[in-house]
Amino acid sequence: MAPSRRTLVLAAGGVALALVPPIAALTNQPFYLDLFRRMMIFAIAAVSLDLILGYGGMVSFGHAAYLGIGAYAVGIPAYHGLQNGWLQWGLAIAASALIALVIGAISLRTSGVSFIMITLAFAQMLYYLGISLETYGGDNGMRLAARSRFGGIVDLRDPAVFYYVVLAILVLFLALGSRLVESRFGMAVRAAKSNEARARAIGFSPLPYKLTAFVIAGGGGGLAGALLANQTEYLTPDFMHWTRSGEIMFMVILGGMGTLFGPVIGAVALLLLEDVLSALTAHWQIILGPILVLVVLFAKRGLFGLLVGETRDG
Amino acid sequence: MAETLLSIRGLTKRFGGLLASDRIDLDVVLGETHAIIGPNGAGKTTLIGQLAGDLWPDAGAIRFGDHDVTRLDAPHRARHGLARSFQVTSVFRDFSALDNVALAVQAHRGSSFRFWRPARADATLRDPARAALQSVGLEARAEVRAANLAHGEQRQLEIAMALATEPSLLLLDEPVAGMGLEESQRMVRFLSTLKRRITIVLVEHDMDAVFTLADRISVMVYGRIIATGTPPEIRGNDEVRRAYLGEDQV
Repeated sequence: MAPSRRTLVLAAGGVALALVPPIAALTNQPFYLDLFRRMMIFAIAAVSLDLILGYGGMVSFGHAAYLGIGAYAVGIPAYHGLQNGWLQWGLAIAASALIALVIGAISLRTSGVSFIMITLAFAQMLYYLGISLETYGGDNGMRLAARSRFGGIVDLRDPAVFYYVVLAILVLFLALGSRLVESRFGMAVRAAKSNEARARAIGFSPLPYKLTAFVIAGGGGGLAGALLANQTEYLTPDFMHWTRSGEIMFMVILGGMGTLFGPVIGAVALLLLEDVLSALTAHWQIILGPILVLVVLFAKRGLFGLLVGETRDG
Repeated sequence: MAETLLSIRGLTKRFGGLLASDRIDLDVVLGETHAIIGPNGAGKTTLIGQLAGDLWPDAGAIRFGDHDVTRLDAPHRARHGLARSFQVTSVFRDFSALDNVALAVQAHRGSSFRFWRPARADATLRDPARAALQSVGLEARAEVRAANLAHGEQRQLEIAMALATEPSLLLLDEPVAGMGLEESQRMVRFLSTLKRRITIVLVEHDMDAVFTLADRISVMVYGRIIATGTPPEIRGNDEVRRAYLGEDQV
């Protein structure tokens, strides 16, 4: 039965992620803690992209822009001595949501290739804006003086604490996302993706719904960016480079578009492959490419579809 | 004389050199089934597009009930009570039949800026949707993905979606196109049960369906309406016979 298999896969995934810190500690391999935290941060970005790509049919090729905005929303206040995490992360979400509102309000009036190109162009503009910020390191970027501070309760300097914070945010994000896509709002967005002419004919004006979804996805990307700055303790305009947007999109496609949980698997799989393959050869992308092509050709709902069976509709 | 529900005045639409709608005047009376017939290329689809709000006219006005809807887009017209079916079947293929109809209910009931409660567990959406499916005889197929429904069933589903929005006017663009004889007879029987309850504008090539269902018929040729009248009047109209019915009908 598909539902129980799905629950099983999700539970197994959750347990596996929760067990990474103790296992890393036992085996004395702190590197894995770092790697899996990075995977989960990209998973948050990929899940937020899936909200608009998988459920809304909006092929945004500029999602890395929000990673960058989120990272700079941590880095710039930190540079000026403001290390309060609530402020930094709140700013990351608000600023990227606001930028998403502007980008969405313009790009969502188009569709198809134009939409892809406009979202890409906006992200590249922000990338070059980052390069021009000499105060904050220009194209070299800058070190993050210290990780975000949350008073005494949570200390992100402890790798395991930081890990569980990221895990908690990922789980929360997935839980909220699952409610969202099944709500009236989610159904309206999915209807517009499925058949826009029909959606309009029954009385949905798709733009406000799509734009709202676009803003929510931007906010999620921004939060991932704030986490990423803390993860690397370094930030550079490269966070916003279009190849990074492509990577996030790969994660969604590899894991399964419109599955919400799939992109988590996609993020884990892509970064794991990158790690394993790059140890084998410097030309690891030659191996990665065909794998992606195979998944796109043969697994309609990505790795998640393979794991849980491809029975879900809508 | 009964109340006019839809009133079209001087409607003109030009595509380059082609005058697809040429100063069309048309009144649809509340409760009637009004068929629009005409040879291919007469401009019926262009007219339907302008009525539904997918196309803007170059000149002229469309009044619907108490509203001038000439400049309203399709979603707004739908919310005013104008429902339609498409010439080529258009449903949400990845969703179940029930989801399809529930979406139509949702589009008409309150805001869709609700982010928390699962829409598929919402009785205020599901119950009317089930009722609409039942009215077209699709209740047994409620959980089937729309893409897996037979062609005729998809057309029925479209009608159920239209009905679920409780429209005052139903625009049907070739509802029996592509159907087998038996299927199309069933659809005509069903549509005849809707007559009176709901005002219908029907574009159709199948003359049996038209003459069975229509209270009045308008005949379009080259973007113009050359005649409007009851079925017997249209049958007896010489100009119509020459322009259209002549070859193989009547």
